[in-house]
Amino acid sequence: MGGSVVNKKNSRTWEQIAEFWRRFRKNKSAVVGLVILLLLVGMALFADLIVPYSKCVEQVGVERLQTPSTAHFFGTDEFGRDLFARVVHGSRYSLFIGVATSLMALVCGAILGASAGYFGGMVDNLICRIVDVFMCVPPILLSLAVVAALGTSVRNLIIAITISCIPGNVRLIRSVVLTASEQDYVEAARSYGASNARIIFRYVLPNAMGPIIVNTTMSIASMILSAAGLSFIGMGIQPPSPEWGALLSAAQTYIFTSPYLLVFPGIFIILSSLSFNLVGDGLTDALDPKLKD
Amino acid sequence: MNKTVLDVKNLSIQYKTDLETVYAVNGISFSLEAGETLGLVGETGAGKTTTALGILGLLPERTARITGGEILLKEQDLLKLKEQEMQKVRGSRISMIFQDPMTALNPVLPIGQQIGEALYLHNDEGLTQKQIEQRVEETLELVGIPKARKVEYPHQFSGGMRQRVVIAIALICNPDILVADEPTTALDVTIQAQILTIIRDLQKKYKTTVIMITHDLGVVAETCDKVGVMYGGKIVEYGALEDIFTDKEHHPYTEGLFRSLPSLTGNSRRLQPIEGLMPDPTVKPEGCWFAPRCGQCMEICKKEAPPVWEDDAHKIRCHLFHQKAKGGE
Amino acid sequence: MYKYVAKRLLYMIPVLLGVAFLVFTILSLTPGDPGSIILGITAKPEEIAALNAEFGYDKPFFVRFFSYIGDVVLHFDLGTSYQSRQPVIQDIIARFPNTFWLTVFSMSAAAIIGIVLGILSAVKQYTALDQSLVVIALIFASVPGFWLGLMLMLLFSMKLGILPSYGADSLRAFILPTITVCMSSAASLLRLTRSAMLETVRQDYIRTAKAKGASGKRVIWKHALRNAMLPVVTTLGTNFGASLGGAIIAETVFAMPGMGTLITTAIRQKDIPVVMGATLFLAALFSLVILIVDVLYAFIDPRIKAKYQNGGKRRE
Repeated sequence: MGGSVVNKKNSRTWEQIAEFWRRFRKNKSAVVGLVILLLLVGMALFADLIVPYSKCVEQVGVERLQTPSTAHFFGTDEFGRDLFARVVHGSRYSLFIGVATSLMALVCGAILGASAGYFGGMVDNLICRIVDVFMCVPPILLSLAVVAALGTSVRNLIIAITISCIPGNVRLIRSVVLTASEQDYVEAARSYGASNARIIFRYVLPNAMGPIIVNTTMSIASMILSAAGLSFIGMGIQPPSPEWGALLSAAQTYIFTSPYLLVFPGIFIILSSLSFNLVGDGLTDALDPKLKD
Repeated sequence: MNKTVLDVKNLSIQYKTDLETVYAVNGISFSLEAGETLGLVGETGAGKTTTALGILGLLPERTARITGGEILLKEQDLLKLKEQEMQKVRGSRISMIFQDPMTALNPVLPIGQQIGEALYLHNDEGLTQKQIEQRVEETLELVGIPKARKVEYPHQFSGGMRQRVVIAIALICNPDILVADEPTTALDVTIQAQILTIIRDLQKKYKTTVIMITHDLGVVAETCDKVGVMYGGKIVEYGALEDIFTDKEHHPYTEGLFRSLPSLTGNSRRLQPIEGLMPDPTVKPEGCWFAPRCGQCMEICKKEAPPVWEDDAHKIRCHLFHQKAKGGE
Repeated sequence: MYKYVAKRLLYMIPVLLGVAFLVFTILSLTPGDPGSIILGITAKPEEIAALNAEFGYDKPFFVRFFSYIGDVVLHFDLGTSYQSRQPVIQDIIARFPNTFWLTVFSMSAAAIIGIVLGILSAVKQYTALDQSLVVIALIFASVPGFWLGLMLMLLFSMKLGILPSYGADSLRAFILPTITVCMSSAASLLRLTRSAMLETVRQDYIRTAKAKGASGKRVIWKHALRNAMLPVVTTLGTNFGASLGGAIIAETVFAMPGMGTLITTAIRQKDIPVVMGATLFLAALFSLVILIVDVLYAFIDPRIKAKYQNGGKRRE
């Protein structure tokens, strides 16, 4: 009997997913976003198959600053390195940093925000006051301070961006949890003696999932931009790593002579950020049908 | 003899989306004379509110369309009016009271301003700003709100008080017709009576024609002269208040509605809810729409749409009475 | 209302103290002491110790923190640069105006463009105009500001030669940086205004206004707009922060002497007091802007205003 209950539940979940997918598919731009996103992820995963890493570092003196050609799709940089190879391998940095920072910020935000929203009182007060303090420092300054203290590296960049993103997440999750915990079914669960943890994870969070998923998707897009921006001003990932912001930073010197060095990495930053934004928009509509007429 | 103020003939309204068509109102007719009150009763989804919005021309533009019929306001067909002409009718000749007073008022404007706006928009008498203010104050007092409170905002009022404000907005231009869409549903029982009394008193004073939309037969008994029982976007029974509330011939659905009411007069019997749910409004069944839930359903009910059986002004849309009439012959 | 403002001003004191503590703590994690940073590791230990004493680095953390706060509050002294040995406040006074104006220009441009086009987009929902605005906004929200700046520089400075590509000497020099910084804020404000507007016109009170006989235009301007602006106003503070961040990066692109280049140079030179002073200064400015936005919000939302007139307590 237990099995049939589980099956029933599974089939309902599947139905929900199917229904969700049907709504998502109707939004053409979201599907375009998803396709771009999958291509980019594929590019990051199979970078070595597309073009060997050695091409990224191989410096060919005679091929310096060449314009795009069949030999070098995106041209070559000031050391004669193939820009196409560098852009392809650079996708690993941007996507990884975007996803990792957003997920870490989500986990921290969820723990703090859910406790604040659910327990209220002193806990809520304390967390909110700390968040107030963090919110008074513009995100980029917070990141810069962290970088100043820890130095520049991939790890430190991730820490710096994650920290600047946590306070916003705490506020968002706190407010959705507050709204969700005022619902009658939470009251009902409480009345038959469900534990706090059970109520939070079984009733409150699942029902607050919609805005959180959308926010996380969108935040990946802005994290990618932040990471590229910090790397560009030399406070993130350092050359010779082929991170896109770092590529742009190095290429800035050659803006008037070899502008193609700026164009290609920029387009890839835009595509990756845009794809997450498009998917996020699609999720908003698909998860919240009442917003659509 | 009173003159007919509103004559609705064979009105049909559909909602069309990419996915489906909802047959919300399917050929309803009724007429009202000055000072009369018509009660439209029925379950949620019977098409009552759609009818009301149709009369005001406030149906959602992109999805709703009126597929047939006429709405004559003093012999002028409202459906033929342009939007701009309709704006002159709305609020001055026909106005509406909404179901939920908590959301019906603009949160960032003082209530006095919101009441005065209706008069300002239909200022045919050429009133000055000062005179409008004065009318606002008078109207506030009429609905039982101290005039000093006109500068306050909606959130400073309780639900019942807000509904009074909504009534003031609806009545300040002294309209021919007032459409009240479940005006008391969202309120406490004690407040309900007050609001109904205000509507009735003002109606008597100004000879306003009222369409009272409700699912509460008690409200109908208290306020209405005529009653239309709606089911599946049709009026299944129509008549004077006495026709509906006395032991005469009734549509099985009307009988069901009465059986599902608790009796206040003592003899306790079990409540008998109507079995089943409202029909799916996206499909037009062949026979009677009520047939699947009807206790007295016959073969013919599933195949043919029932004709109207009439006894003077009392009309019932049901096969039952025709069959009985035939059997009696 | 005064009570509300006064209360918010008072609340700023602990918040700013918290901000100072936060920034101070983060920057204290920096490895190395001022003596060895300034003199290098080859210097004699006594000299390093002497210099550390001069900067007060020999004292425990909390003593340093409170003496720093004391200096800031009493003498408006934000510390001394390791590099120039000059008060940090001098650098800030020299650099801040450029950053300030760039932020203010960008913020205003973003607000005007975003809100006006957002309203337009919502009013013209389902038209080609609305759809293209939505797509354009989404693309601009995904373009990194610094890259946009580089492209603008290529086009207007190099190809057309009509606008300067660096510096901050004239108002013309601010044009490209302003566009660079404002576009993403404008895009997000457009999206927000549009959705707030669409959400508002679905509300019951809009139907009430229509039932009164108000025209479509009147419904939008008199009834919908002010309500739709409420969520937009709340994000203006965040947008100011984003513009400030954009300005910091744009300064690098356009070689503009401002707070951004001050901070990044200081980070490279490990000139911690400059990073500290500049960050605190901007954070204080930002909190002030947040306060102003909150007060502005209270003025357009009568529900908040009334809460304070009755001496009620705020709940977010």
